[in-house]
Amino acid sequence: MRPFRYEHATDRAQALQLATTPTAAAAAAHVAAPVQYLAGGTTLIDLMKIDVMRPEVLVDINALAGQHGEIRADDAGLRLGALVRMADAAAHPAVLRDYPAIAQSLQLAASPQLRNMASLGGNVLQRTRCNYFRDVTYAACNKRSPGSGCAAMEGVNRRLAVLGVSDRCIANYPGDFANALAALGAAVDVEGPKGRRVMAFEDLHRLPGETPHVETNLAPGELITGFSVPAGPWTRRSLYLKIRDRQSYEFALASAAVALDLDGGVVREARVGLGGLSAKPWRSHEAEAALRGKPLTEASAQAAAEAAFAKAVVHGETRFKPELGRRTLVRALLQCAAMEI
Amino acid sequence: MELTLNINGRDHRLSLDPRTTLLDALRDHIGLTGSKKGCDQGQCGACTVHLEGRRVLACLTLAATVQGRPVTTVEGLAHGEALHPMQAAFITHDAFQCGYCTPGQLMSAVACVHEGHARNDDAIREYMSGNLCRCGAYPKIVAAIRDAAPQMAPKTGRV
Repeated sequence: MRPFRYEHATDRAQALQLATTPTAAAAAAHVAAPVQYLAGGTTLIDLMKIDVMRPEVLVDINALAGQHGEIRADDAGLRLGALVRMADAAAHPAVLRDYPAIAQSLQLAASPQLRNMASLGGNVLQRTRCNYFRDVTYAACNKRSPGSGCAAMEGVNRRLAVLGVSDRCIANYPGDFANALAALGAAVDVEGPKGRRVMAFEDLHRLPGETPHVETNLAPGELITGFSVPAGPWTRRSLYLKIRDRQSYEFALASAAVALDLDGGVVREARVGLGGLSAKPWRSHEAEAALRGKPLTEASAQAAAEAAFAKAVVHGETRFKPELGRRTLVRALLQCAAMEI
Repeated sequence: MELTLNINGRDHRLSLDPRTTLLDALRDHIGLTGSKKGCDQGQCGACTVHLEGRRVLACLTLAATVQGRPVTTVEGLAHGEALHPMQAAFITHDAFQCGYCTPGQLMSAVACVHEGHARNDDAIREYMSGNLCRCGAYPKIVAAIRDAAPQMAPKTGRV
């Protein structure tokens, strides 16, 4: 690991001040900034050990748990502090009862140790597991080294994305929780050198397009402080279905976060998130539109799944993924409709 | 940097490079080599320790971040010569072969019981999935945890 300076922030104001330097502000993307925030460290320390991330300064924000470590649920919705640990959100009674898709997305991710460590803010910013991104001995990775090419296009790419990809990058977003947040229309609170702002969770991550190295719309030095999930008649009838090579402790090949508001079997409102096979946390407005006003049946679920993957783009080993994704979504929708709430 | 780590109830004053992980601090600077370095990238669980009573991976934890927070390692499980019930159960059930993953398995197993996740074999398997065993001792590990769980005192904040 390369040398860095360690700074311990006692509160948010100090953290922001430590992360706001002229060189940091000039970075092309928040992930490339020379100053990085450190919470659980499960992504950052890992990527520093394998030389993919090379920050010069780490600002330890774990002490901010006092300010941003709360879980609160009321009539307006669910509020999750960025320093809440995955395990605590997954086991929270209000999350389990009223937002099962969120609880399950966290519970099915990583391992118990990692869930005890990882913060929610860091979790949504975890980076792709694409082998060519993680292995610096491969020169070609547009995400790690802009303009260098993409070794994954013709390489080992079975785990990579088919939705939202570009001709520069087919890396997938590997997380689970973020797909549930996208589906449920969450918002993310951000604090930065220029003050506070709130953005739709769907706008946090960017599609790779021409600039796969710019992964989010966070400016260098900006800090996620929390998430808000609006209440809705669909949140209780929600679930997260994760399909993977192993039953536990494995990333998704395909996943679906779905929520339904049903009126005697007819869909008043549907929320659909997809994961494992998309370039960023994915909400399928196409699938939602296909379901609205229809009886929830195998046929309507199938039609929604067709709509969700209509624009899928495959490369080599990812050829199986649109069909896996469709079947995952159909199963999730049927299971969700059958939930007893 | 200068820091004080509280390990198994004892303070250790150390002078460390900021890059030092908790695992390297334990093994190379304090001499507690029970916690094992398997993958060193957060995938195998051999380095599992308890931080403020919760199981975490010492290989992805910077020592600097645990200043003033109590850490328990496998060396802190037994009381003198009296083995922890989980250690005794691992021996009774022959729940290891080479033994390299065992310290991490033990720390995870104790936490698994304290968390209330040792209700049945399926739950034990799910909540032990972060600890890999290349010898494949899994069935015996599950049996040991199942047996040790009722012998363990309710959680008191200490293992």
